[in-house]
Amino acid sequence: MANFYNENPELKYHLNNPMMQRIVELKERGFEDKDKYDEAPVDFEDAMDSYDRVLDIVGEISADIIGQNAAGVDEEGPHCENGRVRYASGTQKNVDAMVAAGMNGMTMPRKYNGLNFPMVPYVMAAELVATADAGFSNIWSLQDCIETLYEFANDDQRSRFIPRVCAGESMSMDLTEPDAGSDLQRVMLKATQLEDGSWVLNGCKRFITNGDADIHLVLARSEEGTKDGRGLSMFIYDKRQGGVDVRRIENKLGIHGSPTCELVYKNAKAELCGDRKLGLIKYVMSLMNGARLGIAAQSVGLSQAAYNEGLAYAKDRAQFGKTIINFPAVYDMLALMKAKLDAGRSLFYQCARYVDVYKALEDIERSRKLTPEERKECKTFSKLADAFTPLAKGMNSEYCNQNAYDCIQIHGGSGFMLEYACQRIYRDARITSIYEGTTQLQTVAAIRYVTSGFYSNVLNEYLQESVAPEFAGLKDRAKAMVEKYEQAVAKVNEAANEEMHDFLARRLYEMAADCIMSLLIIKDASNRPDLFAKSANVYVRFAESEIEKHFNYISKFDASLLPNFRQVETAAE
Amino acid sequence: MALNIIVLAKQVPDTRNVGPDAMTPEGTINRAALPAVFNPEDLNALEQALRLKDQFPGSTISVVTMGLPKSAEVVRESLFRGADAGYVVTDRCLGGADTLATSYTLSQAIRKIGKFDIILGGRQAIDGDTAQVGPQIAEKLGLTQVTYAEEILSLDEKARKVVIKRHIDGGVETVEAPLPLVVTVNGSAAPCRPRNAKRVMKYKNASVPAERPAEKAEAMAALVAAKPYLNINQWGAADIDADLNQVGKAGSPTNVKEVKNIVFKAKESRVMTGSDADIEGLMVELLNEKIIG
Repeated sequence: MANFYNENPELKYHLNNPMMQRIVELKERGFEDKDKYDEAPVDFEDAMDSYDRVLDIVGEISADIIGQNAAGVDEEGPHCENGRVRYASGTQKNVDAMVAAGMNGMTMPRKYNGLNFPMVPYVMAAELVATADAGFSNIWSLQDCIETLYEFANDDQRSRFIPRVCAGESMSMDLTEPDAGSDLQRVMLKATQLEDGSWVLNGCKRFITNGDADIHLVLARSEEGTKDGRGLSMFIYDKRQGGVDVRRIENKLGIHGSPTCELVYKNAKAELCGDRKLGLIKYVMSLMNGARLGIAAQSVGLSQAAYNEGLAYAKDRAQFGKTIINFPAVYDMLALMKAKLDAGRSLFYQCARYVDVYKALEDIERSRKLTPEERKECKTFSKLADAFTPLAKGMNSEYCNQNAYDCIQIHGGSGFMLEYACQRIYRDARITSIYEGTTQLQTVAAIRYVTSGFYSNVLNEYLQESVAPEFAGLKDRAKAMVEKYEQAVAKVNEAANEEMHDFLARRLYEMAADCIMSLLIIKDASNRPDLFAKSANVYVRFAESEIEKHFNYISKFDASLLPNFRQVETAAE
Repeated sequence: MALNIIVLAKQVPDTRNVGPDAMTPEGTINRAALPAVFNPEDLNALEQALRLKDQFPGSTISVVTMGLPKSAEVVRESLFRGADAGYVVTDRCLGGADTLATSYTLSQAIRKIGKFDIILGGRQAIDGDTAQVGPQIAEKLGLTQVTYAEEILSLDEKARKVVIKRHIDGGVETVEAPLPLVVTVNGSAAPCRPRNAKRVMKYKNASVPAERPAEKAEAMAALVAAKPYLNINQWGAADIDADLNQVGKAGSPTNVKEVKNIVFKAKESRVMTGSDADIEGLMVELLNEKIIG
């Protein structure tokens, strides 16, 4: 009876962050549900206790069911039969367990049969599931598409679709097409309005995760003759209506449990979600932010899995008369894995808390006007969430790849054999830095917060917070890192060269993230040295060397060097 | 048709994870070193009950346990998974019961509950491994019993019959039996479903009066008055009209004379080489002895 939640006290630490007081207050609105629903909390402590207990269930299911099925699911994979997807048998067992446990529609209001959970416990559940099986975590986590439907659909649509998702029906977001990947403005799937006002969809989509889902959110071109994002709208397709078939399932490197589908729409009846023409510019942006947080959760879960496997093997494997964990070359790798895991997780939950505050306020705004203070708070946290989401997604996805690589390295030759879980983790991790926006696109999303000085302001605010005396030395080093980061930003801004700016963006992005994660992990260590002192010491030293590396590179760079890098004569078409 | 289902459950020390301090120097179980858990096969029984409830909406599942007040935990765990009510039979005079006294006590509790169509329990508890309590209850209540059940295949409401697949040596057997009856469920049956989030939040404060700390008794009483489902029934010997000579130590003819730690030793040992002939010989022997096959 293992339990991924109880075995990691780090998770309870992040769940119990002081910001939760405000988040619960906003989410429960004076605990107004307490007399209406038996399961609703009566006060803050009660709510936190419920989150803890529910995560305990997820931790148990993850370890005992999902984790146990992972190898079989990876081997068996889903099948496409007569236009439908049949999950691997283990996947179906996982789905059944999570549905029986009532873990669907976790963040939805109680009136739609949801649990009314904030994002923090929800994404923590997603992390736990991903630790067990990253492929399955896709299927389960797609439930958060319902957030977008909740935010933008009308009341009738909400009351028809949300309870179905809470009861366990699955979702997908149908965005990508053969010619519209990172560049979604080129989506061509055709939405036609019939005389009676209803809509039908025609065309195809590619790389759709869980493409045979019960309820789809579909991005389609509703405005004939348009070519850019302003001609796109969001539609809800209900599988009960029929009209969408799965043509094939992709054969992938990893996340085998997650069916990636090519879909064919033939006069598929669909309903408009929200307003016409806002599909890409508003709704998909919201959808993607949620999805990016989901991939960050998946990445942290994979990092944890890689660390667990690496640690267990290193403790067990003996060479030269002792277990290999005693060799500095091995424990150096493990320490860095744990440090990246802890620092990345800290960034991730900080981001989730920012998302929680602004989302809860936005939701309150649906029923009443916000006070000027609340509006200001909403704006502040919305911006923080926007700035932190690409960092949390990008950095954690890179870290889980690095950790999976090191996990195999610790296993030596055995790690290259397919018998060990580390190879599955390695294959599963590879997609995280690609889908829902590559790391390169996370950089694009984040860079304006670099150049505008937003991250710098956040860092300087973090620097104002006091830490325990034993971590003051680390904090001084972090302060020096922030200064180097600011110098590097100033140098790039002063150059006023767009190509050089784009070229160095990734380095600046990483510097910002390294600084933020350093200050967060120092704070964690200051609060709970028993859990985080080692990781703070390891991470800050690692981050410092990264900062030095990037600083050195940027300070010696100028635009005249760019031709050495260009692989074709003109960089842009 | 709505069924009245009773599930018998027991809180047991977790003997599956025995450490070096599991036994006291006196040879008794060191309960402090072993966490108390839901007896595993009782969870299998609960799952069969829940499946009947899924199949016959409106059915109620009542969980009955005998033990210390803290054994209400198995009732809560059952409520979290879909049970409707619970009874904790707890009384000082019930302590030290063997299987005879236990089955008497539980059968009295079942009589007190009165209405039942099917009584389910695990085949045996991992602390005693006797597998006697279920059958003894059936005898005391004059009911049919089906032991080692793996699955309730069907239940015919009109004919009042069940068809049950039971585990037997080397295979399975399908039997038909009339309602009401006692069924003991084998560990090879379907595992129990997980706890449900909403039910956990709803029932997390459910308790028997004896569990409630004195300083919180008043607040809990008020809470239970507002939300009656938070009360788990607590019954003493008098509540189930028990004959005090048949319960606890007084009602237990079994006496533990001595407890010994047994270390298994090989009676004889044989040395075999890795040669093909020796390996083949060993395999033939194991097959003949039906140790493998």
